[in-house]
Amino acid sequence: MGCISPDGKPTDSGTRLLRALESGLRSPEEVARETGLPLFRVRSGLRDLTSAGLAAPRDDRYELTPKGSDLLATLA
Amino acid sequence: MEQLKEEVGLPRLGERAPDFEALTTQGTIKLDDYKGSWLILFSHPADFTPVCTTEFIAFADIYEELQERGVELLGLSVDSISSHIAWVRNVQEKLGVKIPFPIIADLNKDVALRYGMIHEGQSKTETVRCVFIIDPNQVIRAILYYPLTTGRNMAEILRLVEALQTTDEHGVATPANWQPGDKVIVPPPNTQEMAEERLGQGYECKDWYLCMKAL
Repeated sequence: MGCISPDGKPTDSGTRLLRALESGLRSPEEVARETGLPLFRVRSGLRDLTSAGLAAPRDDRYELTPKGSDLLATLA
Repeated sequence: MEQLKEEVGLPRLGERAPDFEALTTQGTIKLDDYKGSWLILFSHPADFTPVCTTEFIAFADIYEELQERGVELLGLSVDSISSHIAWVRNVQEKLGVKIPFPIIADLNKDVALRYGMIHEGQSKTETVRCVFIIDPNQVIRAILYYPLTTGRNMAEILRLVEALQTTDEHGVATPANWQPGDKVIVPPPNTQEMAEERLGQGYECKDWYLCMKAL
């Protein structure tokens, strides 16, 4: 996965994606604007976070899962 | 492999770019991830080779300018992820250039075959130097092929992108050796009536079929 290390910790870009979802549902375009990451990286990264159970898609947007929120709390 | 090549064929201008999902130096990327952006998908023969190294530095040099025009870069060769990582780290360490765009590790040649990047007259195992310019609707708009021996010209790639974007924005064509800021070609008329009217429309016309205008 591009934004989750093999040890389960998010990379710098993974952390930025998680933080962008902290305040609620966001579209990939909104996350790209907020993080400054290119849109293709955001789409790919959100897919990775979803596979890892850290984020979940709803309609065309994404939100943190409880597991994602817990992980983010440990990074603060 | 023969059967796959026959089934897939070579992509053509105006067709939808073949889908892919590939391992890259920036994670797993799908073609769909680039929807809404222009994309330059380019292949190189192999990591740790001299011409490719000069090209990657040159692509890195124009990356910011491309991004300002809404264009992303995506490299490809049939090397492994470990080889790509080692090579881009080496380029940064020895030549001081950070490669900012992802590179597909196409070890099973899945993407290379879909895009016709292996030309057996050049090499049975390496991709030639291909450039596919794909528009925001994921349609192939331009294709360049360069041989293994010859590095690509970044100024021409930038010019080609700008020409395509100008065509889309203004509904015009661009003449030979066109550069941004030069006059553009007004599409020729389709009927005799339009041809007669064309000469009085204020364009700079050599004749009814060759009219230019400034943007």
